[in-house]
Amino acid sequence: MKPEKKSFIENPGVQSVLASLICILIGLVIGYIVLLLINPAGAGRALLSILKNFLYFPRPQVALEYFGSTLVKTAPLLMCTLSVLFAYKVGLFNIGAAGQYAVGAGLSLYFAIGFKMPWFVCLIVAMIGAGIIGGFIGFLKAYLNVNEVIAGIMLNWISLYSVNMLLTGVKESSTTYTLALRTNAPGGLLPSAGLQNLFSGNKYVTIAIPLAILTAVIVWVVMDKTALGYELKATGLNIHAAKYAGMKEKQNMILTMVISGAIAGLGAAFLYLSGIEQWSCAQTSVPAMGFNGIAAAFLGGLHPIGCIFSAFFIQHITSGGSYVDKMVYSSQISDLISAIIIYSCGFVLFFKHSMRKGIAKAKKGGSKS
Amino acid sequence: MTLLIQYTLIYASVLLLVALGGCYSEHSGVINLGLEGTMVMGALGGALVMRSFPTLPGLAMLLMTILGAVVFGLVYSLLLAVAAINFKADQTLVGTAMNLLGTAAATVFVKALNMRADRNNVSSAIQYINQKKAFTLVKIGSFELSWFMLLAVLILIAAHVVLYKTKFGLRLMACGEHPQAADSVGINVLKMRYAGVLISGALGGLGGIVYITAGVSEWKFENGVAGFGFLALAVMIFGQWKPTLIGAAALLFGLFRALSNIYSGFDFLVNLHLPGTFYNMLPYIISLIILAIFSKNSRAPKAEGIPYDKGQR
Repeated sequence: MKPEKKSFIENPGVQSVLASLICILIGLVIGYIVLLLINPAGAGRALLSILKNFLYFPRPQVALEYFGSTLVKTAPLLMCTLSVLFAYKVGLFNIGAAGQYAVGAGLSLYFAIGFKMPWFVCLIVAMIGAGIIGGFIGFLKAYLNVNEVIAGIMLNWISLYSVNMLLTGVKESSTTYTLALRTNAPGGLLPSAGLQNLFSGNKYVTIAIPLAILTAVIVWVVMDKTALGYELKATGLNIHAAKYAGMKEKQNMILTMVISGAIAGLGAAFLYLSGIEQWSCAQTSVPAMGFNGIAAAFLGGLHPIGCIFSAFFIQHITSGGSYVDKMVYSSQISDLISAIIIYSCGFVLFFKHSMRKGIAKAKKGGSKS
Repeated sequence: MTLLIQYTLIYASVLLLVALGGCYSEHSGVINLGLEGTMVMGALGGALVMRSFPTLPGLAMLLMTILGAVVFGLVYSLLLAVAAINFKADQTLVGTAMNLLGTAAATVFVKALNMRADRNNVSSAIQYINQKKAFTLVKIGSFELSWFMLLAVLILIAAHVVLYKTKFGLRLMACGEHPQAADSVGINVLKMRYAGVLISGALGGLGGIVYITAGVSEWKFENGVAGFGFLALAVMIFGQWKPTLIGAAALLFGLFRALSNIYSGFDFLVNLHLPGTFYNMLPYIISLIILAIFSKNSRAPKAEGIPYDKGQR
């Protein structure tokens, strides 16, 4: 018997994409309502400038340059997204990605400016340092039963303050920012490998972007095609069953968090070693990148390839937030939209369930007639 | 020294209120990780009352501010209640979204409000220098006892009585331990969980307004509440989900938080030559250590975090 051919809408992948689009739509609609409440006159234009982001600039060359800048910031966000995703696949909620990201930023900048190390050493150090922090959370969870969310939040603050302390040693004397890499430690800058020519000479476009995409592919392959990925996922699904099957469930947990942390730390190095931003040592809030990573991970349907698109979208609207009319609205409106998108992601299961129900109903109705 | 006691008491009150909120919610079976965002919303509610009615007389100011904070916190926690109880959403995810949303929404709102009042004012701050005076209960020398401290103690006693001595409390806890069993004897699990989450929202909101009026006379909503909601959860775990122990834990954590404000007033602490940042980190470090020691034999409600499914027995 030939299996019944599934229609397009019945494909689980299509349903995931549809569910994510619903989440985005809810976020945008509520964002628009908030804009209307603040000032009805410019609401439509404000939402458009958030969605247009770099297209705000009419000249294609300038737009291309700013498109490059958005991509430069998408790379670290994608890494944070993958970090959250990797841990979540193993049943761990790595809200500590923000702290691991801070540690990656701190170590990579300190090794670049303080020790004048070349960029690849800085990348490795950032990975190791952030991996240790992640592994520590995993250890606390596996052996001492500490809730990973609360441990992660505590370590976020500890990491932030420690990095501020560390980087005060390499900051500009007149400001709170770390010394610019381009003038003080050019060896620490990531190579562009000709990529900048693709984006109207935007010098911040580096190999970080292809590396981040490569990481997404690696995470996908490891998770879906290797024995290690299978073991880690089994641990996440049922820790007792994994133990019974002879897996080292505690080590698996720690390993997961080490990898998750290392990815987040590497992401921070991708941003700060491109030279586009300097770290402010007076920072009193945990970097938002880690939290936006949670948004992108769920929006991407918890699939590494989907995350490439969702990370770009989240960064696109976050960057777009800076183009709203600052005399009327605040740029935090983008944060508000992403937060609502994350909240809507909580209903994804419900959306999918309704879709399946709807399809089943339609079929029943169809066969009757 | 009096200053240290004063700050310890006020921060302990904040932690106590929010931790008790978390306690109600978790005993009903829902993990409220959104307390951080709920605190911001409560703080916003209270601050809006103080901003809109700056001339209210003392006691009315106090009551109205509390009401504003409680209502905002309660309504905001509906987001968690609906998602987690009716739609069986992932509670960690929803809580995280609420934390992000709380700070973002409060910032957007306050900025819009400030800009409407004065085109050039793009800050996210609300000031309440004079309004704050209404919160002082008694002043003995330089020591200020706040109404909120008294309120926190009363709520602590109430929590103990409600949870262990009333029908409602025992039923609530049954829903967090074994909801199926509770359902089988006719307790409406969904209603009980709603009650747990909404009480936690009200207390979280109240904690928020106490926090922002603790040491300063204006609050920038961009900054959120700096992880205090999560510190409160650590207090709750350290207190083993029991109100009386939570009270003691809150005092300990309050002390460490207070040290970061006023360590420079103590010669022996200054002589240690530790950087000021270290004292900022202290509460988080202590809480991590305490969590590591006390989580092993955790007495967490057994069914917390698991959506209730009638079909599962």
